[in-house]
Amino acid sequence: MPERITHSPIDSKQAKPKKAEIHLIKDQCKGCGYCIRFCPKKVLEESQEINARGVRPPKIVDESKCIICSFCTAVCPDFAIFVTEKPCEGGC
Amino acid sequence: MVEEVMHPFMKYLRSEMIPHIWCPGCGNGIVLNCFVHALDELQKDLDKLVVVSGIGCIGRTAGYVNADSFHTTHGRAVAFGTGVKLANPELEVVVISGDGDLFAIGGNHFIHAARRNIGLKVICANNFNYGMTGGQQGPTTPLEAFTTTTPYGNIEHPFNLVHLAAASGAAYVARWTTLHVRRLTMSIKKMLQKEGFCFIEVISPCPEIFARRNKMRTPLEVMEWYKRASVVENFSDPSKAEISPQRLVVGEFVDVEKVSYEKLLHEKISQINEKAVNW
Amino acid sequence: MSKKALLTGAYFMNGDIACAEGAIAAGCRFFAGYPITPATEIAEHLSERMPEFGGIYIQMEDEIASIAAVIGASYAGLKAMTATSGPGFSLMQENIGLAVMTETPCVIVDIMRGGPSTGQPTLPGQQDVMQAKWGSHGDYGIIALAPSSVQEMFDLTVEAFALSEIYRLPVLLMGDEVVGHMWEKVVIPPAAQIKIVNRKKPHQTPDKYAPFMPDDDLVPPMACFGEGYHFHATGLTHNEQGLPKTQSSEVQSKLVRRLCDKINMNADKIIRYEEVLLGDADVVVVAYGIVARAALSAVRKAREAGIKAGLLRLVTLWPFPESRVARATEHAKAVVVPEMNCGQMVREVERVAKTVPVSSLSKLGEDPHTPKEILEVIKRCA
Repeated sequence: MPERITHSPIDSKQAKPKKAEIHLIKDQCKGCGYCIRFCPKKVLEESQEINARGVRPPKIVDESKCIICSFCTAVCPDFAIFVTEKPCEGGC
Repeated sequence: MVEEVMHPFMKYLRSEMIPHIWCPGCGNGIVLNCFVHALDELQKDLDKLVVVSGIGCIGRTAGYVNADSFHTTHGRAVAFGTGVKLANPELEVVVISGDGDLFAIGGNHFIHAARRNIGLKVICANNFNYGMTGGQQGPTTPLEAFTTTTPYGNIEHPFNLVHLAAASGAAYVARWTTLHVRRLTMSIKKMLQKEGFCFIEVISPCPEIFARRNKMRTPLEVMEWYKRASVVENFSDPSKAEISPQRLVVGEFVDVEKVSYEKLLHEKISQINEKAVNW
Repeated sequence: MSKKALLTGAYFMNGDIACAEGAIAAGCRFFAGYPITPATEIAEHLSERMPEFGGIYIQMEDEIASIAAVIGASYAGLKAMTATSGPGFSLMQENIGLAVMTETPCVIVDIMRGGPSTGQPTLPGQQDVMQAKWGSHGDYGIIALAPSSVQEMFDLTVEAFALSEIYRLPVLLMGDEVVGHMWEKVVIPPAAQIKIVNRKKPHQTPDKYAPFMPDDDLVPPMACFGEGYHFHATGLTHNEQGLPKTQSSEVQSKLVRRLCDKINMNADKIIRYEEVLLGDADVVVVAYGIVARAALSAVRKAREAGIKAGLLRLVTLWPFPESRVARATEHAKAVVVPEMNCGQMVREVERVAKTVPVSSLSKLGEDPHTPKEILEVIKRCA
């Protein structure tokens, strides 16, 4: 039997995936739902709180699952959500 | 999660005008987002940018971008932009307007500017109606669609905008929806680096008015339609680029090298004068 | 082929060409137009001359596009002009309003012909003079000049550009088919004798600049595209920052009244007229454009016949020279206003001349009034 070849990167044990920081400008959100629906990792869901506009902004389910694809940043019509890389301070 | 950090694109926007007036889920916000994203990726010199818009909800865009901007009378943005571009060809003149403004009242100006291949970059937010005035029929309203002036269903054939732009002589023609944010941003970047008349049609949700009247009750239902029906067919025949509930053909349709009007004018002036004119 | 812009010298040319040369002399470097009799020669002449010194000529697809392109070019920093006749002038009205609202310096030439509608394309008229003031919707002030000779077609075009730059608005040059097409001697002066005015530029840095904040003369300094000011201009009612404020009656009132006051309060500096034998006149003839030429001849003939006639020739139609007309007519027995329309400026004269009888001598069609036609009315009024 030939040795099974995997498809992980050779340095996958050394690689450090970036950590995401999701910023929500809650009162600027108009509740369209695009970021929640189109996040590929289902990181967001509709929150129960009501913002200043009377709609429910998103809330973060699990920030660690975010892959910083930034689709939410790009698709938000209201500039109410954006993702940055968490600054890495030794050991992250 | 930190809320004090500013949105990275705020520097491209007039902060005193944000939040904007557009409805929840309005595609205009996404068009604006993709536009400033393209400016950011290109590190475009904002001092040389002029944003011209016509009348309509999308017409408010000129007021939101932090650059020299002008909000013209209905339909005249392309003609105004022609004057700006010729007067100072170093300026990047971007026209951002709507389907009615550019193709009904502004139709004549559009086809002539495309014919001349004047270096204007035109983004059309096509939401299939006149949203600002309450949702009347426009030149891109689909057959049988309901609007406030077609209460029994529209009986006019709509324009195929990419076909019209290509036939008029535009050097770059593309169509995307507001769901195709990355490809739309890429197209905007491409057109900002291209000579000649460039046109991007953006199929854009009008959730409060057009969509609601046509059985799409939420903004998400409109985007779901885009997701379900859109198919990318780059460089296919624009005359066959249909828009229907089942099929929404998007892509780049025209991307040619064609000398711009302002370059031809400069060459002609240089021929007439021995010394080149300093532009 | 001459490569120079300013062609100092004496020439025999027609009014349209003189107007075009006047624009060039004033520094106009952008023309967008559309062919229309009897203004076409302005476009044709500029299409030939503009490239000689790097100016821009473009024939647009219609008159609406022409005026829109002119406004764009002006905001991009060039002195810009268009030329048309009645039908095109009507088409341009909405964007003339835009130019007024956005305080755009530019010149619009209307070589008037017989109207209304397509009318008499090759014959003179003065039927657009009220339209010059009231043509666009809304309240606004405007400046309109009426040349009476080919030399004035040159001189008043130069003046129109100066006024447009000083007051930041579109200035109308109301010629007519006869003044436009007739041939006379024109002297183009040397550069030192030509009044060139450039728009006031901002004295503030971009972060402090407000594009519609007026100085004491009610005129805001004007930044142009590409100078780093990142300003916004709109046809919507706007505040001093140029941002739309369509829900405020205070903003609307402040803006619209200033657009009117800008002209009215500076009227003394703007208004020009010519007086001939007015001092002791019993019969005052008030005329403008080509008709004033016949009126002058009629007034001289009347004096020979022993009638104390005088002529007040209006060079500025708008703002209307109210105080001068009032003073000129207050001791007169009668006022005669010959016009090639059904009586338009006569209404302004009547409004101001109050107690003095005013006769409208209206003529439509082929030729302007003859001196004899005007003389007969002067005799009847004397």
